[in-house]
Amino acid sequence: MALRRPFTRDQRMTVILGMLAFVVMLVLLQLWLLTATMNAYLGGDDSVVWPAAGASAFCFLLNVGLLRYLSRLERPTRESG
Amino acid sequence: MPDGEMNPRAALDPRVNTPGREGLTGTAPASRYSAIRDAEQISIPPDFRPADAQPAWRGDFPIDWPQDQYVERRDFMKFMVLTSFAFVVGQCWVAFESWWRARRAPAVGQRIASVDDLAIGAAIVFDYPAPHDNCVLVRVTAQEFVAYSQKCTHLSCAVIPRPEQGILHCPCHEGVFDLRSGRVLAGPPPRPLPRIALDIRGRDIFATGVESRTS
Repeated sequence: MALRRPFTRDQRMTVILGMLAFVVMLVLLQLWLLTATMNAYLGGDDSVVWPAAGASAFCFLLNVGLLRYLSRLERPTRESG
Repeated sequence: MPDGEMNPRAALDPRVNTPGREGLTGTAPASRYSAIRDAEQISIPPDFRPADAQPAWRGDFPIDWPQDQYVERRDFMKFMVLTSFAFVVGQCWVAFESWWRARRAPAVGQRIASVDDLAIGAAIVFDYPAPHDNCVLVRVTAQEFVAYSQKCTHLSCAVIPRPEQGILHCPCHEGVFDLRSGRVLAGPPPRPLPRIALDIRGRDIFATGVESRTS
């Protein structure tokens, strides 16, 4: 019985870099959403407020999912041998 | 153990304590339980040279640089997810403010001044709809009046009407608005000035609403 991880450290480094690029893009999208929503709200346009909040929450859930995947990636798995 | 007595452990498993199986129960050789050298537990110095070529102090501070970089990126990712959550909180706050604004009662009409109080090209400041919402009323021509919120849409400085030039000027960052429409002509303001709807009843001028615009 041995504890093994599904990826080596080098592979995990590559994976986390890819995930980071995705997370940064999503956060930048959220930043733009907040800026545009605030501008619309201050200009009296309330129609975009709720759709933008939903889109931002969706981006956050994607980020949380990626983070959970990362923690699962680091968790050792038991393998016989 | 006295001679002649039988060793109970040897009776159970005669292979116990034979060379290579010391201290074990006899089910597997000792080498089976030797420490495993996991490649990911070996510290790698930043110059990637072998351990013999490293200075002596590095043995006292064996930082595993690849692992350190990995942990840095993982922590940065956690921070970005926290930032993402902060943006969601901000969006929810804007949504709540929007909902709260929609629930509030619409602004009621309020008398500002008499037509006779303003000469052509003159301006007065008034509060509408709340006591601290400064607005400015300008008489452009004999029959034309315009009123706007006095807060610049850039950083809320008070704009100054200049009817002779047909503009409202923000002195803080040189923002310029058109006097007749309130739209941005120059400077950093991102939106036009909120227009105050006016209603002239007889000789009295009333403010009846606030019209915010995005463009």
